[in-house]
Amino acid sequence: MHHEKRTFEFYALAAFFALFVLFLYGPLSAILILSFQGPDGGLTFPLNGVSTHWFANLFERQAVGDFGGSFRRSFTLGLLVMATTVTVSLLAGLAFRRRFRGGTALFYLSIASLVVPSIIVSLGIGVLFSQLGLQPTWFTSAFGAHLTWTLPFGVLIMFAVFNRFSPVYEEAARDLGATSWQTFAHVVLPIILPSLIGVGLFGFTLSYDEFARTLLTAGTFNTLPLEIYGMTTNVTTPVLYALGTVTTLFSFLVILATLGIILGLARRRGRAAA
Amino acid sequence: MAVALDQPDTIDAASPAPARRRRGRAEAVPYLQATPLFLILGVFLLVPIVMIAVVSFWDYDFAQMYPGFVTFNYTETLGSWVTWKTYLNTLKYAAIVWALTLTIGFTVAYFLAFHVRSTAMQMVLFLVCTVPFLTSNIIRMISWIPVLGRNGLVNSALVGSGLVARPVEWLLYSDFAVVLAMVHLYTLFMVTPIFNTLMRIDRALIEAARDAGASGRQILWNVILPLAKPGMAIGTIFVVTLVMADFSTVQVMSGGQSASVALMMKNQMSLLQYPAAAANAVVLLVLVLLLVAAILRVVDIRKEL
Repeated sequence: MHHEKRTFEFYALAAFFALFVLFLYGPLSAILILSFQGPDGGLTFPLNGVSTHWFANLFERQAVGDFGGSFRRSFTLGLLVMATTVTVSLLAGLAFRRRFRGGTALFYLSIASLVVPSIIVSLGIGVLFSQLGLQPTWFTSAFGAHLTWTLPFGVLIMFAVFNRFSPVYEEAARDLGATSWQTFAHVVLPIILPSLIGVGLFGFTLSYDEFARTLLTAGTFNTLPLEIYGMTTNVTTPVLYALGTVTTLFSFLVILATLGIILGLARRRGRAAA
Repeated sequence: MAVALDQPDTIDAASPAPARRRRGRAEAVPYLQATPLFLILGVFLLVPIVMIAVVSFWDYDFAQMYPGFVTFNYTETLGSWVTWKTYLNTLKYAAIVWALTLTIGFTVAYFLAFHVRSTAMQMVLFLVCTVPFLTSNIIRMISWIPVLGRNGLVNSALVGSGLVARPVEWLLYSDFAVVLAMVHLYTLFMVTPIFNTLMRIDRALIEAARDAGASGRQILWNVILPLAKPGMAIGTIFVVTLVMADFSTVQVMSGGQSASVALMMKNQMSLLQYPAAAANAVVLLVLVLLLVAAILRVVDIRKEL
């Protein structure tokens, strides 16, 4: 079927797809352009001159909010959530390769973690901490709240990976005398490494952008999305767009770097096999 | 990176034979491996939900909560016309956004899976769709403001071309803006699972249908669509639960003119009316779980994946 001429259906669908991509990226490029608004420019087009005034403004002391501090907190939290998500999902993925009592229930608990509305998780953890007399902070309660969102993704990806994983390689390693740790470290881990990096990317970006779950759990100090949300209601200058541009470029960098690592691994493996 | 659901039983069946040799020690291993996941979800999901259920029966005033067993948090919530209107409004958003994301998501996934010929190109285009999903929702939401606003791009174009005399007011801060932003934010949750199931369809089935004389439309309707159901169901679960839980899109894009259940909860929380918010949370949770259960009845994901 791959040798026919392109049909009308193809061109119609391709046009639809192009529109969809425009729909996804168009508004983002609007704020990208507007963040270079001149010092006297407003929140909408046209551009009133071109400047980096609003980017400079971003790094000055703000009347509202603390951009640098909230970025540092979100970044650190993202890394913590990433490391935990990768480790816990990998272990759970390994566990689910065998039958164990309560396995099905744990699987459904992970699914439930995806479907429970985020604001309910936020409220529940907030109330739980206050009843226990604990002070909510971004690295305790917000950390746990983020994990309820990132772990189900990690666990499901690990399910899919191990479902397609042939036990033949492990058996071969064992037959050659490898211990179970050696089998894991030298056979299983290298094979699943690209997927684990993918899980890490999910863990980091989902946490870095998470907002609803942080609402009641961040405590005294805001994370970056909370800061931005606060700005949407009381900031009326393009500094908001500058912040949007900077965080979006940061996300793009993280995604590109991750893809680069995955591609690099694949290339190295290809060369080793050749 | 595609998200796939897999039935745990099929994974159990793949249990390697040599594991049986060292039964005694190996028995404990899966339990140890599953413990961190269980502990985290237990502490940060199960216990908080139980806590919400308990608190929803407590009394409260402007400053604090008082343990007890009162039911007025529920009777007040369910007895109010405003609550019912808010629930209906939220369900309306869910239905519209679901229908739109399903149509767009299926079309995009179908194009990627069946009309893009090289695997490399498929992956590149799929990533193009996925990348915005990994950036901030709030930024993506506010990026509509310069596009839809009174002096925004759309209005400038409309006025400039003479199509309308004055800027269209309902583009921003309206139900239209809320639905548009939700479709923008959530369509990817539909594309990914549908693309995943479409890629798994055995191409021989389509060849067979064509050999048997089926037209393109018949193949789409009678072969591909039924086989895509599990992906559509998973996407539906994502989109419906995300819309039902949404408060930020409704708040920002409607400019405070529309309400959703989660936004009502958020307002109660900012007034420190936690027991009232908790009662709403219980009702919302039951509603969402019923919806998910209904979707799982239509399509048995465990069986079909």
